[in-house]
Parts: sequence; structure tokens; C-alpha cells
Amino acid sequence: MNSLLELNQVEAHIQKFHILQGINFGVKKGGVTVLLGRNGAGKTTTLRTIMGLNQVSKGTIRFKDEKINDLPPHKIANLGIGYVPEDQGIFGELTVGENMRVAMKKEDEETTRRMEWVLELFPDLKKFWKKPGGALSGGQKQMLAIARAYVNKNELLLIDEPSKGLAPIIVDKVTESIEQMKENTTILLVEQNFMMASKIGNQFFIIDDGKTVHEGQMEELKNDKGLMKKYLGIS
Amino acid sequence: MDLIIGLTVNGLATGMLIFLLAAGLTLIFGLMSVLNFAHGGLFIWGAYTGVWSFQMTGSFIVGIIIAIITGLLLGLVTERLIIRPVYGNHIQQILITLGFMLVLQEFIKVVFGPDQKAVFPPEILQGSFLVGDIVLIKYRLFIIAVGLLIFIVSSFILKRTRVGLIVRAGVMNKEMVQSLGINIKLVFMLVFMVGSGMAALSGILHAVYSGVIYAEMGLEFSILAFIVVVIGGMGSFSGSLFAAILVGLAQAFMAYYVPALSLAVNMLLMTVVLIFRPQGLFGKG
Ligand SMILES: Nc1ncnc2c1ncn2[C@@H]1O[C@H](COP(=O)(O)OP(=O)(O)O)[C@@H](O)[C@H]1O
Ligand SMILES: [Mg+2]
Repeated sequence: MNSLLELNQVEAHIQKFHILQGINFGVKKGGVTVLLGRNGAGKTTTLRTIMGLNQVSKGTIRFKDEKINDLPPHKIANLGIGYVPEDQGIFGELTVGENMRVAMKKEDEETTRRMEWVLELFPDLKKFWKKPGGALSGGQKQMLAIARAYVNKNELLLIDEPSKGLAPIIVDKVTESIEQMKENTTILLVEQNFMMASKIGNQFFIIDDGKTVHEGQMEELKNDKGLMKKYLGIS
Repeated sequence: MDLIIGLTVNGLATGMLIFLLAAGLTLIFGLMSVLNFAHGGLFIWGAYTGVWSFQMTGSFIVGIIIAIITGLLLGLVTERLIIRPVYGNHIQQILITLGFMLVLQEFIKVVFGPDQKAVFPPEILQGSFLVGDIVLIKYRLFIIAVGLLIFIVSSFILKRTRVGLIVRAGVMNKEMVQSLGINIKLVFMLVFMVGSGMAALSGILHAVYSGVIYAEMGLEFSILAFIVVVIGGMGSFSGSLFAAILVGLAQAFMAYYVPALSLAVNMLLMTVVLIFRPQGLFGKG
């Protein structure tokens, strides 16, 4: 077995639009793989397609060597993939505790242990346990979304732009939490905040106009000004 | 004074019957944005099978249970055969569920005959209590009690159990619920069945309340339920109780004081709500 998750020539449409036109990458077990690319490049669509929320029109997606592109989202999730969407997907009228309860598939020892761990990581969630999710701050929502994905024993987490719209100090907190999670979970991260991405990323793939156009080790990218400018608009 | 109380009891009883019908509709719409015009068909099937088994066995409880079982099973069939192929398409939903409504209605006539049938409450629920000068009709109190009980039990399930939380989460964000590993289709089927069971319960209770059943009453009564769903806010469970009681009371008082307006008053209420609060009283803007 080579990769935990593997996308091979994946194409996808949203309505009539041909959004993904050839996505190829593999996520190795362990560590953080970062998807980079400008706004509108197709990063979110890639994650949604992995989750089965968008249909694959061509190509294959494999998770643990099993082809998953025809499975419905809940089956994909139950194979061990947790998803933190770009908008966090918090259930606004449910409390923090109820959001967690919806997420918890089991109430066994392992799940309880993970719950305790994640509450220690994000004490705010414990503090606002009975507060409606919709009343949380942006940072707290992000933490809740990550906690919800982490509480089940998932092997892979897909996290979409967790730093978006957050104050720098909260970004640091979220970065730190992802660093801790990567100890025992593989993470596929979409991130525009280059500081964050380079701090926790191991390997990267660049998506441009719906295609993967570049890959490498995060270390190399930091020194490749040309590449950063061309695809990421960073100079 | 006793007139006011009498009209209030009438209004509350009608309100509860409408609530039982509207509750399923509002959850079905909220969860899957399905417009189900066949809901009234489940109501009449509950009424007829319930009355039939009540009259066969002499037991009202058996009648109620048979009505609910009919509703659950018919709900299952309706969801699988009629609703599933038309998810996401409102026009198709309206056409196919209205069509199915008529099929259910005509099929009633085939099975049970085309004539109206008279129905009487079971002995224990006939007559009335006298409290001071006030006459309280037993069967109406019974309907109010059943409606309240169903509301309390359903609210408890929606607020306190994981299944209930999943249903509410599904109303807010279906994709996220699925991404957490939950089979939303199964949840929806369950909600559809329970909603249909409640419609059928409403049917048998209403049959005995009005004293007569006929095949067209499903369509008539479900229009009230749709008005209630709009007033209460599509997808809001508490909203449907509140609006149902509002409509029930408005109708009861109007029927007494301004009979000519008793039907128009609900349309008027709905229009006013739509103008000032298009998302409904309890709906999310
Ligand atoms: N619902 C939609 N309808 C039409 N086009 C969409 C929709 N969602 C995304 N797109 C288009 O798909 C492309 C990729 O979007 P997205 O995956 O969100 O990009 P990224 O996450 O990289 O910023 C963009 O051009 C966007 O306009
Ligand atoms: Mg995006």
C-alpha cells in the first residue's frame, strides 16, 4: 500500500461547470499534507469531492486502497475520514455539547478519551458547553468544528482553511492544536495562510485552475520564490 | 364567560388536530425541503382504517393503534415510491404528491365505499363535565390532552435524544450531518414515517370529533395544515403548535361571532404573516 488517500485524474463538475480537471495526489500516512492554490483554484471542491458531497465525473479516489468515489458521504465518513468544512458547518441552534453529541458515533472508552483530550486542548468548548453553536466566536466555532471531526477515531482529517478570518493569536492556537493532532492522525489541510502552512506542513500540492500543477516538500517551497509568486501570489 | 371557555376549548381541540397534521409536514419540509401534498391522504387513511377497526372491535384504543400503524406503513411506502425519486425538485414534488393524494382519496372509496359514514365517540368519551356553569365536552378535552402529550413527547425526543438532535441538525445543515457519518436518508425515512403516523392519528381523532368521515376531508383539512406550516415557519416544530392553536382559536371564535369569515380568517392570518414575516412566526430569516 502506498498512500492512505489517493486521487487519480479526478475530475468533477458543479452543475455545468467543469471545476476539477485533473487532480492527482497521494496523502501518505502520518503528517500534514497541504493543498495550496489561489482563491477559486478548486481546493474546497477537491475536499468536498473526497467526502462525496460532489460527484466525481472521471478518475478515482481511493482510501486505504478502497475505491470510494461512488460511496455516499456518510459511508465515506464512516471509513474514518473527518471533515472540517470551510464554513465550519456548526449547527447554530444546537449547543456546543449537542454539536459534539451529534458527532459522536459511539460512547465507548476510546471516544470518551478523545473527547476529554480535545476538551483539554480547547478549554473554551468546555466553558461554553451549553451555549448555542451560533453564538460562538469565529475561533470557537473553528475549534468546535475541529473537535467534532476529531472525536471519532478517524484516520484522516480534511480541514479547509482553518485560519480564515481568525485573529493571529487564535490562528496560533489552532495551528498548535493541529500540530498535536498530527501525532496520531493524518491531516489533509487546505491553507492560504502561508506561515501556518509552512509551520505544520510536511508535503504540499499546488492546485491551479482545477489541476494539480506542483508537488514537493514544504521545506523546498519556502525557498522557491518563483513558484510561490506564480501560483500563490506571494512575493 | 362560559361561552368564551367553550369556544376556547373548541379552538384548542381543532388546533391540536391541525398541529398533528402540520407537525409532520413542517419537519418533512425542514429536513428534506419536500413539499408533500399527499399528507392529507395519510390523514384520511388513518381516519378510515381507525374508524373501521374501532367499529369492528368496539375498542377506540385499537382504532387509534391501527390508524397509527396504517400511517407508519403508508408513510414508508410513500417515501420510498413517491418522494424518493423527486428529491430536490419542488415542481415534480407538487405534481406527484398531489396526484398521489387523489389516488389515496379515490382508493378510499374503492375500499370503504363512496358514502359518508357517521362516527360516534366511545362511551367513555361521550358527554361532558360540568364545572360550575361551564360545560366541558369530554372528547374535546381528550383531543387536547392527546395533542399536548404528543407535543411533549416529540419535543423531548427532539431536544434530548441523539436521534432528535440529528433531525434538528439535519434541518440546519444536511451536508454536515452526512459528513459526520450519519445516513440522512434513513433519518428522513424515519421522520417521514413518524409524520405520517401523526397525520393518521389526527385523522382518526378528527373523524370522531366531526362525527362523520368522507374521502375528501383529507384534502380540505390538509389545506389548514399548510396554512399553519406557513404561519409557524417551515421547519419549526414549536411554530407549528403555536400557529395551529392560533388558527384553531381564530376559526372557533369567528365561526361563532362572524360565521361568514370563519374560513377567510385563516387565509387572512397567513397573508398578514407573509407580508410582515415571510419566514413565518418561528421561522429563521
Ligand atoms: N456552487 C457553485 N456553483 C458554481 N461554481 C462554483 C460553485 N462552487 C464553487 N464554484 C467555482 O468552482 C471554482 C473552485 O472553487 P473552490 O473549490 O471553492 O475554490 P478554492 O477553495 O480553491 O478557493 C471557483 O471558480 C468557483 O467559482
Ligand atoms: Mg475554498
